[in-house]
Amino acid sequence: MNIKNVKDLNKIKKETLAISKKHPKKVLVCCGTGCIANGATKIVESVRDGLAKRKLKDVSIEILKETGCHGFCELGPLVIIEPQEIFYTKVKPKHVDDILDKSFLENEIIEPLLFTNPVDGSKITKYNDISFFKHQQRIALRNLGKISAHDMKEYIGVDGYQALAKVLFKMTPDEVIEEVIKSGLRGRGGGGFSAGKKWKICKNIQADKHYVICNGDEGDPGAFMDRSIMEGDPHGVLEGMMIAAYAIGAKEGYIYVRDEYPLAVTHLEKAILDCERSGLLGENILGTDFSFTIKIARGAGAFVCGESSALMKSVAGEVGEPRAKYVRSVVKGLYDEPTVLNNVETLVNIPTIIRKGADWYSSIGTKKSTGTKVFSLVGKVRNTGLIEVPMGITLREIIYDIGGGILEDRPFKAVQTGGPSGGCIPESMLDLPVDFDSLTEVGSMMGSGGMIVMDDKTCIVDVAKYFLEFLVEESCGKCTPCREGLYQLHKLLEKICAGKGEMSDIEKMERLSENVMIGSLCGLGKSGPNPLMSTLKHFKDEYIEHIKDKKCRAGVCPELITYEILDNCTGCMACIPACGYDAITGKKKEVHIIAQDKCTKCGACYAVCNFDSILVS
Amino acid sequence: MKHNFENLHTIFDKYPKSQESLIAILQDIQKEYQYLPCEALEQTSEVLDVPLSTVFSVSTFYNSFSLTAKGEKIIKVCTGTACHIRGAKLLQDQLETHLKIKAGETTEDMKFTLEVVACVGACAMAPVVVVGDKYHGSVKVSRVKKLVKAK
Repeated sequence: MNIKNVKDLNKIKKETLAISKKHPKKVLVCCGTGCIANGATKIVESVRDGLAKRKLKDVSIEILKETGCHGFCELGPLVIIEPQEIFYTKVKPKHVDDILDKSFLENEIIEPLLFTNPVDGSKITKYNDISFFKHQQRIALRNLGKISAHDMKEYIGVDGYQALAKVLFKMTPDEVIEEVIKSGLRGRGGGGFSAGKKWKICKNIQADKHYVICNGDEGDPGAFMDRSIMEGDPHGVLEGMMIAAYAIGAKEGYIYVRDEYPLAVTHLEKAILDCERSGLLGENILGTDFSFTIKIARGAGAFVCGESSALMKSVAGEVGEPRAKYVRSVVKGLYDEPTVLNNVETLVNIPTIIRKGADWYSSIGTKKSTGTKVFSLVGKVRNTGLIEVPMGITLREIIYDIGGGILEDRPFKAVQTGGPSGGCIPESMLDLPVDFDSLTEVGSMMGSGGMIVMDDKTCIVDVAKYFLEFLVEESCGKCTPCREGLYQLHKLLEKICAGKGEMSDIEKMERLSENVMIGSLCGLGKSGPNPLMSTLKHFKDEYIEHIKDKKCRAGVCPELITYEILDNCTGCMACIPACGYDAITGKKKEVHIIAQDKCTKCGACYAVCNFDSILVS
Repeated sequence: MKHNFENLHTIFDKYPKSQESLIAILQDIQKEYQYLPCEALEQTSEVLDVPLSTVFSVSTFYNSFSLTAKGEKIIKVCTGTACHIRGAKLLQDQLETHLKIKAGETTEDMKFTLEVVACVGACAMAPVVVVGDKYHGSVKVSRVKKLVKAK
């Protein structure tokens, strides 16, 4: 495939569209990390075999698509039959023959494989009728689950690289920048700085070289939109980078990908190679004098490398320690040259903004936070997965309409946003519109878009301790407030969770938090106490309960709870081998007993008991 | 442990000889040997013309690298937030009990290394355990034993 000019590009687009017109029926198999974990590879094989058996061999490639992630990973492997949009969940190889005969060749629907609405138990046939998808508006995730991630032609078929052609032939770099500023697009990695303004600052600096870096170091635990985008729509990311490079005058770009995302690396490598071979990366792209190359830099497991200056050190093969930022990295970044660092989600939005225009984009969302945002809705919620919604939607709509409410109908306690730099939002604020500024106002933040729902069985003090533990582990240790301050905060939280807390500890934590926030060098330390501060603000009574009453109402903190077996125990003996500490004794059909001196309160017995016979108090 | 270091050159040849390649090379070495053997670090330092002290500091800074040998299979318990509130700690505890090692350690027979990782990005299927390169989602306590059966 050679793409030397726009004509070539349009020709491929036409060919791809013609093929899909010729074969309107398709079997889409999601092959994201989640679905592969659930066995999607075997499904693909079975579909391939099944198609061959049915003598559909010559067209099978067009019919079977191994797509990227739909975001609905919990129910994988997912199979979609087009054009009817029949959505099958938890598909096993044994179902494939049935799917091909009934739903693919005929229009029959196989009910047991349909999605069950968790709210009323009804079966839903079509993809877009499922509440999880119905309320979404997909711009960044536009191609996920729809096109094959390995096939550049498919990306071109859905208007891929048209935005690149538009900027190269119809816009000057300044016009591109103005368009992005006008769109109101703010950095999706957490900071929320105007993407266009960042480009403008970078472009206006005289230097030998400018760089574009795509930040795919999605370190926030609980967020996985960048992984899904890199896996499912790698060309979308590359096109965004190319447009950024054209705008700021960069010839070299890097994608920094987390080490934990091997599939993302594979897909990006393939996409880059395809672009290089066809001429979309390299010298004189589309016959213009724009030249650009992209390299992949793999991260090596350091959360702090999500910070711009640390990330750039890591790209250069050094230890990823941040530096003081009185000179921003957009001015002095990679190898001390001006560098634009944009998050994956930010960049993947760019092609659509260019194609459809800034006015279209800014009409979505709120005035100050335009467009949509991808969230990973996870935790104790019924429908977990990736969602993309317009900014300004309320937390309640996200959790109850899209998420289907709390698991097992338990009471909602809090939702955590913004990862380890964010905070917990209580029930009283569920009607808060979700945008950059309102989340910051309530002591949390947008962050990269992790949204972790917690029910009454989640201990808020334990959550704060969890985040502090994470940050202590990930602090690079360069500056003292972060290295020592977070460590001490964690120690105090451990003390409280162990039932040894004193009321004065709360004040100590508040004071220390303030110092850490003021004194730390980079964002990790500056926002590190946020999970603690926000929970102290909204859930102080739980802290006091831990300290004064020595009680953990969620039944999580081991030192403050006991496990007992109730009289309704059927004596099924399931819990006896589950206990790794030989703490449970009992005979068949007799009520078992937990020896308190041996019980470590690990919760294994609770997890295996089918009769609700274990009381945690 | 004795290793064959002849493969190292195929790794070195893949990359330009500058510090920019250091992390990528270390990753490949880690993949080849499951850890960073001392000799390999020395050779890396020589080939890239980067001081051994720098190679060492990079090797110890990043979580992906290990200076001690790991087991045949690495079991990673994801302890990301979503996994944490869906019971990752309990899985870790169970795995530690079954394997009779703590997180970060390797079993005596060198079959398994148990690790905890911050987030593998499969949050919708929490809690997640990765055995080798296979992801297991919605892991229940009752499945733990099966996971550690050496295959």
